[in-house]
Amino acid sequence: MSQWPLIAEIAAAVTSGKTTAVEQVEKALKTIADQKEYDAIIATTADRALERAKTIDAKIKNGEAVGRLAGVPFIAKDNYLVFGAETTAASNILRGFNAPYQSTVINRLEAEGAICVAKANLDAFAHGASTENSDFFVTKNPHDTSRVPGGSSGGSAASVVLDMAPFALGSDTGGSIRQPASFVGCVGYKPTYGLTSRSGVVAMASSTDTMGPLTRNVADAAEVLDVYAGPDPLDSTTTPRQAEGYSVTGQKMDLQGVKVGLIKQYMGDGIDEAVKKVVLEAADKLKSRGAIVEEVDLPSLPLALAVYYIIVPAEVSSNLSRYDGQRYGFSAKDATDLESSYVQSRSQGFGVEAKRRIMIGTYVLSSGYYDAYYKKAQTVRTKLINEFAEAFQKYQYLIGPVAPTPAFQIGENADDPLKMYLSDIMTVAANLVGVPSISLPAGTVGKLPVGLQIMAPMNKDRELLLMALAAEEVLA
Amino acid sequence: MSDYIATIGIECHVQLSTKTKLFAGVANDAREAAPNTLVSHICFGLPGALPVLNEKVVEYASRMAFAFGTRPQTYSYFERKHYFYPDLPKGYQITQLQKPIIVGGEVEISVNGQKQTVRLNRVQIEEDAGKNTHPDKADYSLVDLNRAGTPLLEIVSEPDITSPEAAKAYAKELYLLARYAGISDADMYHGNMRFDLNVSVSNDPNVLGTRTETKNLNSFRSIEKAAEYEIKRQTELLKKGEKIVQETRGWDEAKQKTVSQRSKEEAHDYRYMPDPDLPPIVLDEAFITRVEKAMPTMPSQWRAHLLQLGLDEAQVSTLLDAELEHEGITYLMLIKDALSQAEYAKFIANFAVNTEIPLRRDAETEPAIQPSDRAALYSGVYALIQAGKLSSTNAKALFTAILQAASLPSDFEAYAKDKGLVQMSDEGALDKIVAEVLAENEAAAQDVKNGEMKAIGFLVGQVMKKSAGQANPGVATQLIKKQLGV
Repeated sequence: MSQWPLIAEIAAAVTSGKTTAVEQVEKALKTIADQKEYDAIIATTADRALERAKTIDAKIKNGEAVGRLAGVPFIAKDNYLVFGAETTAASNILRGFNAPYQSTVINRLEAEGAICVAKANLDAFAHGASTENSDFFVTKNPHDTSRVPGGSSGGSAASVVLDMAPFALGSDTGGSIRQPASFVGCVGYKPTYGLTSRSGVVAMASSTDTMGPLTRNVADAAEVLDVYAGPDPLDSTTTPRQAEGYSVTGQKMDLQGVKVGLIKQYMGDGIDEAVKKVVLEAADKLKSRGAIVEEVDLPSLPLALAVYYIIVPAEVSSNLSRYDGQRYGFSAKDATDLESSYVQSRSQGFGVEAKRRIMIGTYVLSSGYYDAYYKKAQTVRTKLINEFAEAFQKYQYLIGPVAPTPAFQIGENADDPLKMYLSDIMTVAANLVGVPSISLPAGTVGKLPVGLQIMAPMNKDRELLLMALAAEEVLA
Repeated sequence: MSDYIATIGIECHVQLSTKTKLFAGVANDAREAAPNTLVSHICFGLPGALPVLNEKVVEYASRMAFAFGTRPQTYSYFERKHYFYPDLPKGYQITQLQKPIIVGGEVEISVNGQKQTVRLNRVQIEEDAGKNTHPDKADYSLVDLNRAGTPLLEIVSEPDITSPEAAKAYAKELYLLARYAGISDADMYHGNMRFDLNVSVSNDPNVLGTRTETKNLNSFRSIEKAAEYEIKRQTELLKKGEKIVQETRGWDEAKQKTVSQRSKEEAHDYRYMPDPDLPPIVLDEAFITRVEKAMPTMPSQWRAHLLQLGLDEAQVSTLLDAELEHEGITYLMLIKDALSQAEYAKFIANFAVNTEIPLRRDAETEPAIQPSDRAALYSGVYALIQAGKLSSTNAKALFTAILQAASLPSDFEAYAKDKGLVQMSDEGALDKIVAEVLAENEAAAQDVKNGEMKAIGFLVGQVMKKSAGQANPGVATQLIKKQLGV
């Protein structure tokens, strides 16, 4: 049992004086300290969090408005720029970087009274599926400490399951919210591309980065998303909200007649049989409530991972250019001139995976290779977008597994980047296409959780959250 | 020996005078600012910082499309050009490559009275870099990011230019277009306009020679001189049977020569890619039409008006230049308002060129008159001339006096009289002076009587002297002839 009630209930209790923001923050900080062995957290923002909590409590005493998330503690993935602690993206090259501005998502949550208490571990620069690429330490899976929590938002996902806070923020570029949610057994929500501002989040791949919550239930995810989703003048790729908003607290959806496509390509070879079984059982449960579940064929889907690992490294190589050791973060001390300062700062500051992606990205953008790789990949991406659009003509939702396996052993895939990349095989398509997607706890393999992935068309986030709410009840 | 033909193309970077930068809401005018004071998280390339397009830049670029006789592209987008340099905080410059905002267009120039057309290849929007300085003897360099993110238009000509004079004329015309379109301060001293000059020579009109690129020229004169020097240098090398090295050169102002900076292009691969942070620029017809309708009168239109008045090219050129020299002082609008009376319009043009413009250029302090009073000044002086009450010398003196007065006189004629500038056209008063002069200069009077008409000039001179310059010389001549009966 969680020590945290629903987010809306916490805020109500704080606002009505039943509890205080300070109590909530202290509870979160104590749990973080108690669960230190899992290495989910890089740093706390304790001082600033307590100060903010006191301010909120004082406002409540004075009868001032404090917002719908008043006193609700949360944990941010360490690629969000946040005051009160360093922002490192779990990379050595950003060690010592104190953000002079905050991300839009954080600002909007704070404006409603939420309080960031800590920064969660991740694969450095969000490159990875296990947190093993963190330059600092590996986060342990709360269900089995010999296993990874998934990634890259592994610290955020673990922190939710370890009950450190009512919600955590992640970022999803190719599955970085959904895959760890599946591995640790929480809800992980990847919004429609453009619905959430990327301003103030360390960029991974600009055309697929999305900012989503990890929570213990769908209602909380929807509550949080509703606070920060929507256009941001600081991010020109943001798009309008749906008129009804995203909160689904107290709502219900009837599954009778709902058309669901089970993605054929996600149920084939290379997928753990036990994982398939969990997904098929979940499909049966949906059917038992009247949903129509049919197999759907997306023939280009097997190309998605290849496309992803061309476009994303291209953008990564470009986005990481600014970390050159000249203005902030790590700078090589023994460099003798500009050239050696660049080479040494980047060679010493970046980890192996960042370097690998910089090299792949540099290669595919080089003159003579651009057309063969980057341009071709964009063409296939368009084809994928069209196939998804077609599938969504027939089905309101698409479902499948989140990852081919449950959480794997620490070190199991560490020496084989290709095997590690395969962990993203069922999540990258939603990012390339831009559609919203959620990972819901659907069952277990042994003691390890397995998630069910549900996708909806672009800008149908509200519909997806309502569907997830219904599925959550069926799967429980 | 066959003649060598020069082929010249010019790339020009113009800084736009928008209030804020291309992608950041930070003040854009870095001319007087202390280093690194016009900088935000975007200019500094902080993690998570995203560019947001300043729409004014698109409007300015669209204006230039019309200035170049074309229209802006309805679809264009930004790309990233990657390289490492301390003045480039993101590690890439945001620019345009595949789909620039302007494709084509042209610039008409006049070289020794001959009209020529220089076609444009493209105009792209891009961001300027910061500025590196290398203190003497220091083991560090300094970076000022005030200029980082200033919007630029890069204007790329076709190699249609064939002489140093034409190169200069082209650069000058770009300056006028930028200023008349109101998109840039175009202040060369502060680097608002910078030119890269591509020159090759060949003795075969069908084959282009190997070109050199002389970078960062910042005056019309240096463009002309650098082109001259490169043509001469390359021609001499070819005549000696040597080869031209394709290279980047710089202009040594002190030695008046170009110098090699690096041979060939260093093996740069800029890894261009569409910028995923910025949606494409899509212009609708309503926007384009709005920009077109709001276009100010451009130099070519002014030239047509002024040449029609009978001004010569040099006068027209003086007016077009002078128009840009003082805030709030317009010559062209005065002329335009008078165009229905051609003579008066021409008077304004002539007086501006010969009197007011030189006076303002030479003056140590600004003339005191209010700019809004200048129209009345011109019309008042013109009326007195028309009435035969001012000699051309006195007209100039009167104009100059009023220009430097704090306010306009309520009565121009009284003011001129007071200053002793009104001509004596009154025959009664002049008759007396003429009689006196004839009595005092009997010999000369006799000469005139004998038919030696050139002596009359001497007598008129004496009348002018006696009248303290106020006599109308035409009237004086008539009276002398009348009194002598010739």
